[in-house]
Amino acid sequence: MKARVFITLKNGVLDPQGKAIGHALNGLGFGSVGEVRQGKVIDLELSGSDAEAAKADIKAMCEKLLANTVIEKYEIELK
Amino acid sequence: MKSAVIVFPAANCDRDAQTALTQMTGKAPHMVWHQDSELPDVDLVVLPGGFSYGDYLRCGAMANQSNIMGAIKTHADKGGAVLGICNGFQVLTEAGLLPGALMRNAGLKFLCKPVALTVEETQSSFTRKYDKGQEIHIPIAHGEGNYYADENTLDRLEGEGRVVFRYRDNPNGSARDIAGILNEKRNVLGLMPHPERVVDDALGGIDGRGIFQSLIEALS
Repeated sequence: MKARVFITLKNGVLDPQGKAIGHALNGLGFGSVGEVRQGKVIDLELSGSDAEAAKADIKAMCEKLLANTVIEKYEIELK
Repeated sequence: MKSAVIVFPAANCDRDAQTALTQMTGKAPHMVWHQDSELPDVDLVVLPGGFSYGDYLRCGAMANQSNIMGAIKTHADKGGAVLGICNGFQVLTEAGLLPGALMRNAGLKFLCKPVALTVEETQSSFTRKYDKGQEIHIPIAHGEGNYYADENTLDRLEGEGRVVFRYRDNPNGSARDIAGILNEKRNVLGLMPHPERVVDDALGGIDGRGIFQSLIEALS
């Protein structure tokens, strides 16, 4: 089974990298771009076929290591 | 005072800490490999600066998974002193021994320069030899020193006198100019500046000595 985890900064946490990307896009002439927030994508390959168990496992992985829940939130997508 | 420095792969300031501790205490610290699971009998544990595990995933995140972290948490729970410098501060926040997180510098650049700090708090084993409000100069060297915590946590830190050092001219966007904080029990200090780099006049300053002198007085 494959899974994709999206890790992004929580709302309200300043994102200097996102801000710089936004400025750069504006500088390239993409004037429609307002706020930009960036994050991480982590692809996982898992053994087993129980989707619910996999989701619970990945949630534990996010809480323990993949995300810092002080500043980040995560979303899990099973494929 | 007996001390230990934790050696993580790619934390490159462990020897600076070793040299400073040897010079200040007259005793060489134990150098403890991150895969060990026990600490020697020490009063102070130092988590040094550097880039443990290449800052993979997040700075401090992988180091927090090391074997030795369990022993460090036990040491801290028992009231033992823990000093986290730069990357060591990042590891302590990842470990939950200190609140908040260290994020990318607001200006996105790695900053390596001396900065002026105000000693905000002298009621601690780490700062009793400084004067309250004293200006000291200590170098920083980090890309991710932008201290973040939610407003409630920040208010609590301030209210409990746990903001120990503040930048006079905030270099990295840190909330409320915070450069160093204590845990609730006041036995764990994390700071982004490098006091171990300024204990010898030959290296441009001695303002970092106060932390080591305070610890020696408090723990010996």
